[in-house]
Amino acid sequence: MTAVLQILFDALSLGSIYALGALGIAAIFGVMRLVNFAHGDFIAFCVFAMLWPSIDAAAIVFAGRLPFYLLIPLLLFIGAALSMLSEVVVFRRFRNANPATMMIASFALGFVIRHLLLMLYSSRPKSITLWPNLGLPVEFLGAHIPMLQVVTIIITLAVLAVLVLFLKRTRFGLEMRAAADNFTMARMLGVRANGVILLAFAISGMLAAAIGLILATNSGTADIGMGANVMLIAFIATVIGGLGSVPGAVAAGFLIGAASVVFQATLPHDARVFRDAFVYGAVIVVLLARPQGLFAPKSAKQRV
Amino acid sequence: MSKPHSVIRQTITTPIVLIVVLLAMAALTYAFGSRAFNRTAIEMFINIMVVVGLYAFVGNSGLLSFGHISFMCLGAYMTAWLAIPPVMKSITLKGLPGWLLHTQLPMWVATPISGVFAALFALIVGRIIMRLSGIAASIATFGLLGVVNNVYSNWDTVTGGQGSIVGIPPTMNVWIGWLGAAVAIVIAYLYSISRSGLALRATRDEAVAASASGVDIVRERLIAFVVSAFIIGLAGALYGHFLSIVNPGSFYLRTTFITLSMLVVGGMYSLSGAVSGVVAMSVLIELFRNLEKGVSLGGVTVGLPNGVQEIAIGIITIIILIYLPTGLTRNREFSWRGWPLQRRLAPSVQTALKEIN
Repeated sequence: MTAVLQILFDALSLGSIYALGALGIAAIFGVMRLVNFAHGDFIAFCVFAMLWPSIDAAAIVFAGRLPFYLLIPLLLFIGAALSMLSEVVVFRRFRNANPATMMIASFALGFVIRHLLLMLYSSRPKSITLWPNLGLPVEFLGAHIPMLQVVTIIITLAVLAVLVLFLKRTRFGLEMRAAADNFTMARMLGVRANGVILLAFAISGMLAAAIGLILATNSGTADIGMGANVMLIAFIATVIGGLGSVPGAVAAGFLIGAASVVFQATLPHDARVFRDAFVYGAVIVVLLARPQGLFAPKSAKQRV
Repeated sequence: MSKPHSVIRQTITTPIVLIVVLLAMAALTYAFGSRAFNRTAIEMFINIMVVVGLYAFVGNSGLLSFGHISFMCLGAYMTAWLAIPPVMKSITLKGLPGWLLHTQLPMWVATPISGVFAALFALIVGRIIMRLSGIAASIATFGLLGVVNNVYSNWDTVTGGQGSIVGIPPTMNVWIGWLGAAVAIVIAYLYSISRSGLALRATRDEAVAASASGVDIVRERLIAFVVSAFIIGLAGALYGHFLSIVNPGSFYLRTTFITLSMLVVGGMYSLSGAVSGVVAMSVLIELFRNLEKGVSLGGVTVGLPNGVQEIAIGIITIIILIYLPTGLTRNREFSWRGWPLQRRLAPSVQTALKEIN
């Protein structure tokens, strides 16, 4: 029973990170059909924004020393600002470009951000301690669950709730949903295209900052490549969930997190190193069964 | 009234121009280049093979593939298994079957076998993956890359795991690099003017119309997938002979994205685009590498700070894509008559984007 509970919490917290990542990818994909490969580097950027630029191994904590009620809004702001800046400077010029071109442009942008960080901070991972007491375990029905896992899950659920309220109850949310459904039609009905896209980038950037905070607290290190893996899984989750479907992206994020944890726990010991191969294999199987994704919105269907 | 020329006569100039230009580059490098420059040139030729292989699939089918670098991985490791002297293999790669453990083949034999191995693998997985289209196919190829990388990074007794396998005879030189690039170009060219290549481009431009005209989309895609896997398998094998070590990390995301960037920067729907993308990016990289080392201006050495190279290349890529979203060649082919000559290919490309969407 305790083992099952442990697995359940592992799966939920890993799935939470993937779900937040998938949301960040899906928000932008929904309105402009861009798969933002720079998302992982946005995550890393937000983490490094807490440190003062230096190439020493010991990190000089800068913004990271702020109390949490200032640090969290500041990081969310940094994430949103970076993301919006990238839209204004780069992606705005690709409005009518082929998706492959946009994808490569986003990859090139991520490449620039990554190497900028490398130049400022060097490639050595830096230790960073935020809220060390979150690592302590809490006792829950006999299982020892790290506090951070509980917090991660709660934060994710809160973010999801806020996002749902925002999308369903506010005017901007309505505009975003309309734009994701049929961009041309929404524009004709008075939705400002650039405004909606900018908003999507802001949301995506804030989600990147949230993931950065969770990852940094979890691992205690800041590493240039830390966002890349999340970004990849998030991208896969968005497709499996049905591109353009926000609930689908979240569900698929949790599903992949659960699959990784369950494979890790149930595979025989020798095969455990091949866990990722099983996860990717499962992704291919899911795609073969449902090429449109598990929760494909009606608008995703190709018209002839 | 003159009879319309055959397809070959209309298009043969493209591969000839490309191969001759590359030959000139190889000759100049051989005659004047330093040892380091020769290595850069060989790397460029290997990249040309990879990107031309990518073009054979991506350019003709319109499906973006993230998985082709796994064929490079397969080719490189196959070469390692075949070409490393048995004495070394029996220490590092104990898990190999006996017949493989005791063979050592020269490069000329090992390389084609590696290509065929990659192609066979592509034939098997392609039968499954090629049923998908659009972005689902792209993600499935991503999955393929993930599976191959994970297996090759962890199957310690056969692939040496995360570490590198050393001991492939380093027999590459710039001429062999050129020959490899030329072979890749010829294969990709022959495929693209073949019946299957034509049919595949029809499915890229109008999938429904092509299907209604009797084109079997899955079959044509599979053929392109296998052809491109063969080319990239060859490239992987030569890469193994070039570095004389192989390691799974060099066949993963970084290589995938850099080769894709080269293809898109050049123009993803033309063979000339594939080649010129690689050449342009390689020239840029070499240029900035030298700028970082420092240029002496009247006795004073002025150099860019380290790390500027990658940042500048990323920014230049973005700028090229902003102004030339269809790539440096705008998806046209080089040819004698007018340069670059507008072929009938160009207008149809717009409609091809629908499917990726």
